[in-house]
Amino acid sequence: MNRYEEETLAELLRLLPPAPEAWVKAAQELPPARGRLDELVARAEADAKYREELMANLERALEEAGLEPNPAVVDAVRDRLSKE
Amino acid sequence: MRFDGAVQTDAQLVARCRVGDQEAWRELVERFSRYVYAIAVQAYRLPEHDAEDVFQDVFTRVYEKLPQLRDDSAVRPWIAQLTRRSCVDKLREGGRVELVEEPVDTAEEGTLERIEEAWAVRDALATLPDTCQEVLDRFFARDESYRTIGEALEIPSGTIASRISRCLAQLREQWEGRIAPPSASGGRIR
Repeated sequence: MNRYEEETLAELLRLLPPAPEAWVKAAQELPPARGRLDELVARAEADAKYREELMANLERALEEAGLEPNPAVVDAVRDRLSKE
Repeated sequence: MRFDGAVQTDAQLVARCRVGDQEAWRELVERFSRYVYAIAVQAYRLPEHDAEDVFQDVFTRVYEKLPQLRDDSAVRPWIAQLTRRSCVDKLREGGRVELVEEPVDTAEEGTLERIEEAWAVRDALATLPDTCQEVLDRFFARDESYRTIGEALEIPSGTIASRISRCLAQLREQWEGRIAPPSASGGRIR
């Protein structure tokens, strides 16, 4: 038995611990979240007053829509709305 | 981690994602979550809150840009590239990297190579019996105690050490079979 090699394998296994569960879950829920996001943006495009309110407090609006207001989501919405 | 033996190739998984299969997307995230996490936390040494931003940013980009991926089997190197870019952006935001024309890759190159090697070891691990995969993953990657593993797998904790030893020996056999002779192409993903 080559003990050195087994210790190396053990070290390599330790290099890939699981990511935090909540992060994985949030990423897995991207497709349904993206659907809700599309609805939100469509509404903002059709309603100037709503768009103004949305941009003023984007994080809160996302939370109210059941979306995790992480920076990636917030930036994506800002990008989409600023392109209009 | 799945231990059911029915593992799809990266290309098969990507193909399912392309047609809107949400279960495939969940699997893809599960499959590459450790990889993205390891690059952010170990190679770029990002603190957890920055690593979380990178993690979500990477999977958001993967989701948005997956239809443009030319070679479905190259999804992992592509994810690695997206992760490295996102890490550099995060470091720039925090003023930890100079603002220059080309992104400065501040990752520890040796660590990135070790992560690639660790990924290949996990491939070898996936060929072992489910009980071996689970006991090795729990002990080494999840850092669980003998007692926790024993309770989770409903086996006496006194037998865990010997199981780990046996399974590690099996993994070594698998690993040796894979690394010799060296591949001329340098890897399975071209």
